[in-house]
Amino acid sequence: MENLIGLLVLAPLLGAGVLLCGGRRLDRSGPWLGTLLAAVSFALGVVLFADMLGKGGEERALDVTVFPWVPVGGFRADVGFHLDQLSMTFVLLITGVGSLIHLYSVGYMAHDERKRRFFGYLNLFLAAMLLLVLADNYLLLYVGWEGVGLASYLLIGFWQHKPSAATAAKKAFLVNRVGDMGLSIAIMLLFTTFGTFAFDPVLQRATDAGEGKLTAVALMLLLAACGKSAQVPLQSWLGDAMEGPTPVSALIHAATMVTAGVYLITRSGAVFDAAPDAQTAVVTVGAVTLLFGAIVGCAKDDIKKALAGSTMSQIGYMILAAGLGPVGYVFAIMHLVTHGFFKAGLFLGAGSVMHGMNDEVDMRRYGGLRRYMPVTFVTFGLGYLAIIGFPGLSGFFSKDKIIEAAFAKGGAEGWILGGAALLGAAITAYYMTRVMLLTFFGEKRWQPDAKGELPHPHESPRTMTIPMVVLAFGSVFAGGLFSINDTFLKWLEPVTGHEEGHSPVSALTVTAATMVVLVIGVAIAWAQYGRRPVPVTAPRGSLLTRAARRDLLQDDFNHVVLVRGGEHLTRSLVYVDHTLVDGVVNGTAASVGGLSGRMRKLQNGYARSYAVSMFGGAAVLIAATLLMRAV
Amino acid sequence: MIAPSLAASAASTTSTGEAVQFWILAVVAVLGALGAVFMKKAVHSALSLAGTMIVLAVFYLANGAYFLGVVQIVVYTGAIMMLFLFVVMLVGVTAADSLKETIRGQRWLAGLCVLGFGILLMAGIANASLKEWNGVGRANAGGNVEGLASLIFTKYVFAFEITGALLITAAVGAMVLTHRERTERAATQRERAEQRVREGKQVTPLPAPGVYARHNAVDIPGLLPDGTASELTVSPTLRARGQVRDVSGEALQDLKALEQRSSDWLERGRSEDADANAKGASK
Amino acid sequence: MNPVNYLYLAALLFTIGAAGVLIRRNAIVIFMCVELMLNACNLAFVTFARLHGNLDGQIIAFFTMVVAAAEVVVGLAIIVTIFRSRHSASVDDAGLLKL
Repeated sequence: MENLIGLLVLAPLLGAGVLLCGGRRLDRSGPWLGTLLAAVSFALGVVLFADMLGKGGEERALDVTVFPWVPVGGFRADVGFHLDQLSMTFVLLITGVGSLIHLYSVGYMAHDERKRRFFGYLNLFLAAMLLLVLADNYLLLYVGWEGVGLASYLLIGFWQHKPSAATAAKKAFLVNRVGDMGLSIAIMLLFTTFGTFAFDPVLQRATDAGEGKLTAVALMLLLAACGKSAQVPLQSWLGDAMEGPTPVSALIHAATMVTAGVYLITRSGAVFDAAPDAQTAVVTVGAVTLLFGAIVGCAKDDIKKALAGSTMSQIGYMILAAGLGPVGYVFAIMHLVTHGFFKAGLFLGAGSVMHGMNDEVDMRRYGGLRRYMPVTFVTFGLGYLAIIGFPGLSGFFSKDKIIEAAFAKGGAEGWILGGAALLGAAITAYYMTRVMLLTFFGEKRWQPDAKGELPHPHESPRTMTIPMVVLAFGSVFAGGLFSINDTFLKWLEPVTGHEEGHSPVSALTVTAATMVVLVIGVAIAWAQYGRRPVPVTAPRGSLLTRAARRDLLQDDFNHVVLVRGGEHLTRSLVYVDHTLVDGVVNGTAASVGGLSGRMRKLQNGYARSYAVSMFGGAAVLIAATLLMRAV
Repeated sequence: MIAPSLAASAASTTSTGEAVQFWILAVVAVLGALGAVFMKKAVHSALSLAGTMIVLAVFYLANGAYFLGVVQIVVYTGAIMMLFLFVVMLVGVTAADSLKETIRGQRWLAGLCVLGFGILLMAGIANASLKEWNGVGRANAGGNVEGLASLIFTKYVFAFEITGALLITAAVGAMVLTHRERTERAATQRERAEQRVREGKQVTPLPAPGVYARHNAVDIPGLLPDGTASELTVSPTLRARGQVRDVSGEALQDLKALEQRSSDWLERGRSEDADANAKGASK
Repeated sequence: MNPVNYLYLAALLFTIGAAGVLIRRNAIVIFMCVELMLNACNLAFVTFARLHGNLDGQIIAFFTMVVAAAEVVVGLAIIVTIFRSRHSASVDDAGLLKL
């Protein structure tokens, strides 16, 4: 069984290698090869899962050291894998959703000339992500982390001929670097504190280190998570990342990569548990982001950007839950899995809609599509119901638990967090209903595309609809299945630990409140977009709307603070360089030159002058000799 | 080797004769050295130096270095100084050096260095404050030359051989440096005569210096018919050195002197006459 | 009298010779001053031999003379060569390396 873990990572890595190096003869078979290898990885994951289920709760973790990586003196870093229930969950999510998205891409990218490369990148991404969640030490995790960043960069910028895509890729990469910096600092701090990178010793002895140090580590890890999971303040890249092909948005920016931050925080739970201040920071980030993303999602007319805002917001929920400690870890992961299903489904649905509408992304130019794309409509609708938390569907169970856990934090903090989560749920209902209404209901607002052709909406090919259907099943049933008998809780508990929160309000009250805000949100959306005709061009809107359309001024903020600040810093540094550094250098040169000019006169070319120097030197030598003898 | 016997032969003072000789000759040596440094003409410097070297030879003898004393006179004073004189002649005997310093500050710096150096050297010697010494009497017991020879051909044989090689090298080097290869056949007398005729400047031999029946020295130019001096009659070397004596006005000067003398004499005779006349008149 | 006086004399002669080297411009005179310095050294060596009671000092003085002779031969040859080409025996004129 242990060997299979290595194969799990190796299969997509092999696919990436073959596809990227294989050349043109793989152009036709490449996509299917990539899909096959993703499926193989998924199959291996299932086998391992079955094997794991056959064991007792505490003995399920598998450890395997593949080879010693950096054995230098006392320093030791191995390529080793650790497969426990947490990793298993991620493996199944990544390979499962990943395989489906591969399948979907076969259809979606059918007409792209560079699809072989695309599948190579997808496989590379899968391999990196699997490495990330399977690593048994922070250093290897970092490799996977960077690999994911690289694959993300390549995929966002896949249509690199579009300047916007190239810029978006660069932006994503740069913003991610900030987070990566946090992770590398955290790893260094961990190493200096514990002398090792491996999870087990670090996490078991976490409380040995001082709280201050742990807080520093935890904050650095949080920075890393913010970068990868698009949390405030490093959220700005996610919206632009929608420039990538839609399957990429579904795979990376909904189901897998952005969840890496949640994984990191959950995996390092012991560190966060021992650093309450850092946990406060985590929940703050989570709460702010969930509202931030939701508000941005309300204002966007681009269907993918609206969904991206939604992703940000939903991951905010997860981070919030993870920040709550053992009360929330399980629910964070559970929401992560259900979100993986329904958000992937929503993105694939959005891709399907765009596919049918000549790649139009503006929802104000959709309308009335439910008759033309029935499968897409149904699967998208189920995903919609799941995300707003319609009773009985996946999102209902997972989100409800998070809101409960937030209230269970207790005190004013609990009320604020719970309130934020509830408010977020209302806004989620609002903006998702908006997306739904604008896209599938109302009259047709189709506009001719750049070539002057009116779109002819049609259902997508089988390779695209099948994954959507499968994901829709997941969106509907996953939450329920997980919640029966607390299956998911029991499954993860040996790894993350769990304790029941003591909420000041009863679970029933929370559920009722959630229902109420849900209805309110849906109602407002219907009142705005369902009852009245929707203008094709967006109205100017209120100040908040305009700000939200500009991603709540995140880029302006970054521009003013970071770009301008950086420029000013650079200018002042250049000034310092010119005046101080160059001054010192030039001054030294000038003084040496001047001194040389004077010294030069000593070298007058007269032998007698040199003789005087020699003679003076001899006199000095005699003086020194006498002096030494005297002393 | 002879440590126990050192004390036995130790002396604390020299003979009075040697002391007197030292004080007299030391002054001579220092004067000679100063002369070598400060004389304007290289020949005078060389002669002063030769004097100093002879004095040094005497000091060598006084110090028991009989062989070296002789060598000093024969080799240094006899050979090396003569070599110097030869070179001085080659370069020009009479060209006196200007003692004016051309490098700014050189003389001050040199003076300072020399003074400091001398003081330090003297201080070092004074610091040694030797009260007793051994004298070379015992070492010279078997004869000074024999003692030196036995050392040179045993202990210092390699150094001796190497100095031999050095001398050969120096001799060859000097030859190489001064030798000028003659690259063409020397012109014969006939060829030179023909060349003179071709050039047409001065076909006949140069006129002789001197003025007939008056002067025949080489530094006196012959006079042309109009009484001016002829450049051709004296060696260009003397002309270049400014050592040509002009005697063209000498005859006139002689005449003037003669007239002066005769007028002096006539004047005196005239006054005596006057006196005699006056006496005669008074008579 | 103490033979150390010979050493004082040697030091004095050496210093005078050095002064000559430094202030004279005629290469021949400079050479003579160098010879004077060498002779001063020889006097010191001979005196040392006397003070020590062995002949090693005299041997060294002897070698000094030989080396001085060789040096004079080569040095004077150089002076003659330079004079031939430059018509000057002044060391200040041999300044091709001067800036």
